[in-house]
Amino acid sequence: FFTDVKGNLCEDHCILQHSNRICVITLAEAHPLLQNGKTIKNINYQISANCSRLQNKVSGKSKRMQGAQFLTELAPLCRISCSDGEEYTVYSCIRGRLMEVNENILENPSILQEKPSTEGYIAVVLPKFEESKTVTQGLLTQKEYEEVLLKRFNSTS
Amino acid sequence: MFALTEKNKSIAQLLLNTGTCPRCVFRFCCVGLQASYRHPYKDLLRELHEFLEYNKEKEDTFCGEIIDPPCKRSRLENMGEGAEDLNQNGALQETSVADDVDVTMGNPAPKVCNVCLGILQKFCEMDFVKKVCQKVNSSDYQFTSFVFSVSLPPQLSVREHAAWLLVKEEMGKQGLSLAKEDIVQLKDAYKWIIHPLFSEELGVPVDGKSLFEVSVVFAHPETDEDCHFLATVCPDCFKPAKNKQSVFTRMAIIKALDKIKEEDFRKHFPCPPRSPTRICAALEIECTNGAIFVAGRYNKYSRNLPQTPWIIDGERKLESSVEELISEHLMTAFKADSFNFSSSGREDVDVRTLGNGRPFAIELVNPHRIHFTAKEMKELQQKINNSSDKIKVRDLQLVTREAIGHMKEGEEEKTKTYNALIWTDKAIQKEEIAILDDMKELKIDQKTPLRVLHRRPLAVRSRVIHTMKSEYIDDHHFRLRLKTQAGTYIKEFVHGDFGRTKPNIGFLLKRTADILELDVESVDVDWPPSLND
Ligand SMILES: [Zn+2]
Repeated sequence: FFTDVKGNLCEDHCILQHSNRICVITLAEAHPLLQNGKTIKNINYQISANCSRLQNKVSGKSKRMQGAQFLTELAPLCRISCSDGEEYTVYSCIRGRLMEVNENILENPSILQEKPSTEGYIAVVLPKFEESKTVTQGLLTQKEYEEVLLKRFNSTS
Repeated sequence: MFALTEKNKSIAQLLLNTGTCPRCVFRFCCVGLQASYRHPYKDLLRELHEFLEYNKEKEDTFCGEIIDPPCKRSRLENMGEGAEDLNQNGALQETSVADDVDVTMGNPAPKVCNVCLGILQKFCEMDFVKKVCQKVNSSDYQFTSFVFSVSLPPQLSVREHAAWLLVKEEMGKQGLSLAKEDIVQLKDAYKWIIHPLFSEELGVPVDGKSLFEVSVVFAHPETDEDCHFLATVCPDCFKPAKNKQSVFTRMAIIKALDKIKEEDFRKHFPCPPRSPTRICAALEIECTNGAIFVAGRYNKYSRNLPQTPWIIDGERKLESSVEELISEHLMTAFKADSFNFSSSGREDVDVRTLGNGRPFAIELVNPHRIHFTAKEMKELQQKINNSSDKIKVRDLQLVTREAIGHMKEGEEEKTKTYNALIWTDKAIQKEEIAILDDMKELKIDQKTPLRVLHRRPLAVRSRVIHTMKSEYIDDHHFRLRLKTQAGTYIKEFVHGDFGRTKPNIGFLLKRTADILELDVESVDVDWPPSLND
């Protein structure tokens, strides 16, 4: 887990890593988008005039993964705007190659809120082989994240 | 009848005078009769001298008395260094004959041929044949025929070229020409001589298609640099290539010799070639047997056994694998150097393969044993099955390389049957899972599963679930038998892989589903043939 990404309070991200080093980026449960009353108006993988995460083309067999966009920790993946006018940016949180973005949430944004940790994932990122162990080092475990949530809860109540 | 005729005389004389052996003389005189080369070396030398001496005066030979014994001995010693491990009886005796005759002509002839560097001399003698055959017999191979391959020092081509220029020039004086390809190839002449000797000694015929190969690599370090001038004259023929130790490959040298102008060549290399002091060395004598293929079907009863060794970061994760449990016994029985395992698809480490099993084939590389009866194969299968309860093998048999194609061909169209134990988050009723039974030929789209995405490109594959048959266990568990198109990722079809396989069992049952156990019940490939054992 990565909390308060880019200093934005409660904009928590969740990174699920498979033993083959593949990482799935999702919103964590405390993210404002997943709170009651939010309606997603639009999800945009076009993060700047000349960079769209949808244009990511991974070609070439196995190791190389040519053409994949390389992401740093704070590389934006998509911008999500809500009917209340708020806009949220989802970040990569880890260094690696972008393997895939979830096009399903474009057609059906509600699954992002209904199943944020499975079908509503944001993107799939493959860290470099030599960095596969270190990319997750700054992140919180499930248990640590729960403690953070508890502290937040206590401080607000 | 002697192989040369009157018109060859000047060439033969010229070559003999410059240090060329009788068999090379034959080659440059284009003698195509194989038997001519097979005569004993000393007879050939004597006959050649008689042929050339025919018209000379008898009194010329009285010079024979002036042979200086110490001088001759020193030459023999000199020769001995190059001859290394061969005894002094065979080849050396012939060269001493050569000495005698040459000295009678007042012409101190060299002992090692300046063109073949001894290949058509000492290496055609029984001493060498016996040495090779000893090596073959001691390496303990089963074979019924053999093919003999020779690798000559690449720089020999340079000498061959020089000798050709010399002969061509001599023939030109008589208004004749000689194309390089009309010369009998050294390798051909060598095989004409050596094949019958090997065949006799090994007791099996020579067969160009034989899987058993005896190979000899000759080297001649003394003349290794003979070809280096070609790189300065024709640099573009000698481009460094990967996996080649030297740029001076046989092909590159032949190409350069083809291009180089005669005058340039003569500037750099003597015509006739200088006589070497030593003979070639037989660097390597090796035997290899063609691969043998064994096929069968295996069952895997363990959820803790990978199909092939599972190694991450150079470290073994599990101590064994299906391929090792089968192959180690085959390796011992066939006395092979290595093996290659292949199969019709594969299962994950935690998946069992039941029923008739999964077809597999193993290539055994360089086997020493190749003859196995059906009974022996069955005993071998029994041995494999007795050694582990994690796997079982059936229909173990010898197959051809071509037959292995049957296992791989049409792999996509084949069907596989699975049995999955499925868990659902919300309680489920018998009636709810029964809807799966009614679905026939269900088309699904699978994105490359996340668990293999690090090594396979992202793609969407269409697969068909032919039939499903559910079996209710309790509120949260049921079994599902699936008959699917080969290549379907079953685990992903059950849990959906982040919605990346659509539809999936979770979606069809409107809840979260996961797979707890998976068995392969059948792999419908009708190869290898059943042995009814
Ligand atoms: Zn010769």
